[in-house]
Amino acid sequence: MYHAIVFLPLVGFLIAGIFGNKIGARASEVVTTSLLAVACALSWVAFVRVGFYGEDAQVKIASWIVSGSFSVDWAFRIDTLTAVMLIVVTTVSMLVHLYSIGYMHEDPARPRFFAYLSLFTFAMLMLVTADNLLQMFFGWEGVGLASYLLIGFWYEKPSANAAAIKAFVVNRVGDFGFLLGIFLLFVLFGTASFDELFPRVGELADAKFHIFGHDYHALTVAAFLLFMGAMGKSAQFLLHTWLPDAMEGPTPVSALIHAATMVTAGVFMVARMSPVFEYAPAALTFVTVIGGITAFFAATVGLVQNDIKRVIAYSTCSQLGYMFVALGVGAYSAGVFHLFTHAFFKALLFLSAGSVIHAMHHEQDMRHMGGLRRYIPFTAAMMTVGNLALTGFPFTAGYFSKDAIIEAAYASHNPAAGFAFIATVIAALMTSFYSWRLYFLTFEAKPRWGEHAEASHAHGHDAHGHAHGHDDHAQDDHAHDDHGHGHGHDLKPHESPLVMLIPLAVLAVGALFAGGLFKSFFIGENYDAFWRGALFAGPENHILHEMHDVPTWVVWSPFVMMVLGFVLALWFYIINPRIPVSLAQSNPILYRFLLNKWYFDEIYDFLFVRPAKWLGTFLWKKGDGWLIDGFGPDGVSARVVDVTNRVVRLQTGYVYHYAFAMLIGVAAFVTWYLVGGAH
Amino acid sequence: MAPLFPAFSVVLPEFILAAGALVLVLIGAIRGERSNGLVSALAVALIAAAGIAVAFQGGERAEAFGGSFVVDNFARFMKMLALIGSAAALLLARDFFQRAKLDRFEYPILVVLATLGMMMMISANDLIALYLGLELQSLAIYVIAAFDRDNARSSEAGLKYFVLGALSSGMLLYGSSLVYGFTGTVAFPGIAAAVAGGHGGTGLIFGLVFIAAGLAFKISAVPFHMWTPDVYEGAPSPVTAFMASAPKAAAMALLVRVFVGAFPDIIGQWRQIIVFVAIASMVLGAFAAIGQRNIKRLMAYSSISHMGYALVGLAAGTANGVQGVLIYLALYLAMTLGTFACIIAMRRESGQVETIDDLAGLSNSQPVLAFLFAMLLFSLAGIPPLAGFFAKLYVFGAAIEAKLYGLAVIGVLASVVGAFYYLRIIKLMYFDEPKAGAYQPMAPEVRFVLGVSSVVVILFWLAPASIVAAASAAAKSLF
Repeated sequence: MYHAIVFLPLVGFLIAGIFGNKIGARASEVVTTSLLAVACALSWVAFVRVGFYGEDAQVKIASWIVSGSFSVDWAFRIDTLTAVMLIVVTTVSMLVHLYSIGYMHEDPARPRFFAYLSLFTFAMLMLVTADNLLQMFFGWEGVGLASYLLIGFWYEKPSANAAAIKAFVVNRVGDFGFLLGIFLLFVLFGTASFDELFPRVGELADAKFHIFGHDYHALTVAAFLLFMGAMGKSAQFLLHTWLPDAMEGPTPVSALIHAATMVTAGVFMVARMSPVFEYAPAALTFVTVIGGITAFFAATVGLVQNDIKRVIAYSTCSQLGYMFVALGVGAYSAGVFHLFTHAFFKALLFLSAGSVIHAMHHEQDMRHMGGLRRYIPFTAAMMTVGNLALTGFPFTAGYFSKDAIIEAAYASHNPAAGFAFIATVIAALMTSFYSWRLYFLTFEAKPRWGEHAEASHAHGHDAHGHAHGHDDHAQDDHAHDDHGHGHGHDLKPHESPLVMLIPLAVLAVGALFAGGLFKSFFIGENYDAFWRGALFAGPENHILHEMHDVPTWVVWSPFVMMVLGFVLALWFYIINPRIPVSLAQSNPILYRFLLNKWYFDEIYDFLFVRPAKWLGTFLWKKGDGWLIDGFGPDGVSARVVDVTNRVVRLQTGYVYHYAFAMLIGVAAFVTWYLVGGAH
Repeated sequence: MAPLFPAFSVVLPEFILAAGALVLVLIGAIRGERSNGLVSALAVALIAAAGIAVAFQGGERAEAFGGSFVVDNFARFMKMLALIGSAAALLLARDFFQRAKLDRFEYPILVVLATLGMMMMISANDLIALYLGLELQSLAIYVIAAFDRDNARSSEAGLKYFVLGALSSGMLLYGSSLVYGFTGTVAFPGIAAAVAGGHGGTGLIFGLVFIAAGLAFKISAVPFHMWTPDVYEGAPSPVTAFMASAPKAAAMALLVRVFVGAFPDIIGQWRQIIVFVAIASMVLGAFAAIGQRNIKRLMAYSSISHMGYALVGLAAGTANGVQGVLIYLALYLAMTLGTFACIIAMRRESGQVETIDDLAGLSNSQPVLAFLFAMLLFSLAGIPPLAGFFAKLYVFGAAIEAKLYGLAVIGVLASVVGAFYYLRIIKLMYFDEPKAGAYQPMAPEVRFVLGVSSVVVILFWLAPASIVAAASAAAKSLF
């Protein structure tokens, strides 16, 4: 069964990838989607068996690497954590496959698209079922590759290529740390297998690792390095810059990879490695701080973005911050619970956004939307459900998981917990604000798309009163994939086909009920029976009990923030739409700071990209061109030509020169022997 | 003391050539211009007959003329090479001279006489016989170098070769007299015994240097090579083909026999000359050829370089080294004759063309010719699995065995430089646009020479044993 779950997507990838052009787009869609459906059904069976009947499994596929004492297997480690990830991945993936049939129906390269989607799913499943660090790294890189391919799916667009490369490169930074972490754990434990590693973590709780002339707490270093990988993959503060740009990919990709699954790989990995992190309190504090900063920072940026997908992208970034806060304070199950619920409502939001974009003929700028509820009521309803879940409206999925994180942050004894608590509460306010801002700008108020013609972009600039000449933001304003539909004809928005709406409905069910149904298993009274040690908690870690005993005001704070955010958004964008404009005009510096995403791209460009380009150019022109080519191939060949010219000039054509050369030769030999050669 | 009149069989091949040449002169003199075809055919037949006679001589060492003439495996191997080279040169010449209106009966006769000279050189076992053979060969070649006597360049070539050849002969004679003076004998075994006995000293070394200079001139080794490019370019192409093949083999045989046969005990001394000459030839040949546009001039530098490689084997001074030299010469002969067959095939309506740019786009118009030419050039450059690679392998292997690492390394580097100009021609043939029309069809004799040499060059790696075993036996007969 587990073989089928993991390898069916691979089969789909191979069929669509190799024979896609022969069997046609429709067949590719059907094959990949139905294989995914089978994998998804099997995953739910597996989830029930593992989660509720406790049938953990260990499946060895093959021996991978055997080298001396180092041996790594291809094997599946099936425990509750894996099972949760299996259903998240296969369910969202299956729905996205289905949705893409409608969304991508005009694209000529659909076989390739579906092949990539299946490849991604396979790699992600490889990651979550990994039995050892190396296999996890294989899946980790595999999803990175698939993400790269899918972000750059419309490779004719330079911006898509740039975004794909950016995602790849930024992830490399994190992956480097992850890899070093794997090395360090191997050095410490002599194994990469989880089964051998986890029971022995306690033995090395106080081990030191000598590096750069200092002794460091070995497990802390390892945890830091592993978390670096998680920061890259999960777009945490400092390594987050690739995620918003990744929205250049088709919207279903954003839903699958950049919201529900791949970006949560970092959360999964930290949860998986919880035995290591539990012994590294300093690393956990760091995780908490980074999570809190990300939650707050991404939410602030989300407040002012105009591209519908970018708002949701920053929202994703922010929610990932929440998850890391949960992990950082030791409430691993709360983090994974949020991962689980978030997958449903964030995929729902993205797919709804995709439906809007589809309806608007690939327009993504919210300033050119408005009043769409009358035209696409189903999508509007789905978006509302997604918003409710995201902002934590009582008894929706997000309510249970997010509030649990905020409570855990309050209850924790982690030095950074207070900061994380405040950050997440404020972020909750902003989450509510930008979610409803998105909803109001898109679906309510008076339509602004009627005037959407050639001149309307200028209007967009004026409406928000900011002047900027920066490329990146010019790009924001024009952020619509001009693929498929042309603009200008038949502007009337239309509801998406059924094949796109069904996934929305399914996800909406998840977004509404996944929290309430599973709360007691993930973080409640059935915790022990459900997880059975898949997540490790140190002897001092009682966070799950303590978080139930927090003061009432703490429990209520996220709800208050949610309502406050909603009211603010309502006031700003429905009741008095002049306010945002005047606010932006009266605080231009703050506005631009947020709009430009805290200038991270510019800072990185200045600090890393340009020096790297300079270094590259230097090594290319001077190092390779001047030094190596100059003294190597080019120089040698030039010297050869010089020598040749000189030698050719010797050949004068005069007999007496020739005779002279002969005599000189003889004289030279004789002299040689006279002086010292003859003995 | 061997009888003055030896068993007839020892000198049978030479006798066939000598008597035959006289008969050909008579036929030519009596029948005049009409006898050209007949004389040419008979000359080839004579050389074939001499070859058969060589093949039927026994494997044991035999001497004649009081020990001044020796036949052993080494001599037989080299004589076969010389005869093959001469026969091929005659075949290549026939059609060429007819078209150039140079069809005279003297040419085959001169080639036969030159061949006789080579045979005597190869079998020479004292300094007198050496000189006789060398001069007989040289005088014949002086004449045929200027065979196109109405052409200034050809006359100039013959004259230059003659003047410088006379100078080199003088040096050789001077060296011979010094050696005679310091050892008291002209016979190689006697010289060897005297040298082993400690006679000689510096005077002997002087003689050795002058003899070496005279012989190095014949194989056109640096710094006695200067005549080669001019003469190769000026002489008619078949003559050049002849000069580049058989006489080179004969002169190299002489060099080996003199050094290994007469001066085996002072190898430390003469090795220094050989090493220097070898390095200078390999390097200069490689560099200078890059600057050439005329294919015959280019081949002149190529042959200088190849003689350098062959000398690497001699520098080793061992049986393996000599075996390497012999294999090198055999394969070099095949490569050179094949290449010159291609050069002779370079003829358009307007006449013979000689620059390498005229080869541009050959692969389009004449794919078979282009392919065979490319294979020959690859082989000259020493690219496996063609014959030229193995030729270099044996000599460099011998040099490594003799611990001459520097020499081997320089040789390999020089062959890298040298590969450039061969590859450039291939690039011209395969990747450049043709400038003028296709060549005229090849004469059947030229086709035959090209075919046989290509087979040897391309398929040598399948059955190297025949040549290698013969060369091995030949080399052993000297030690």
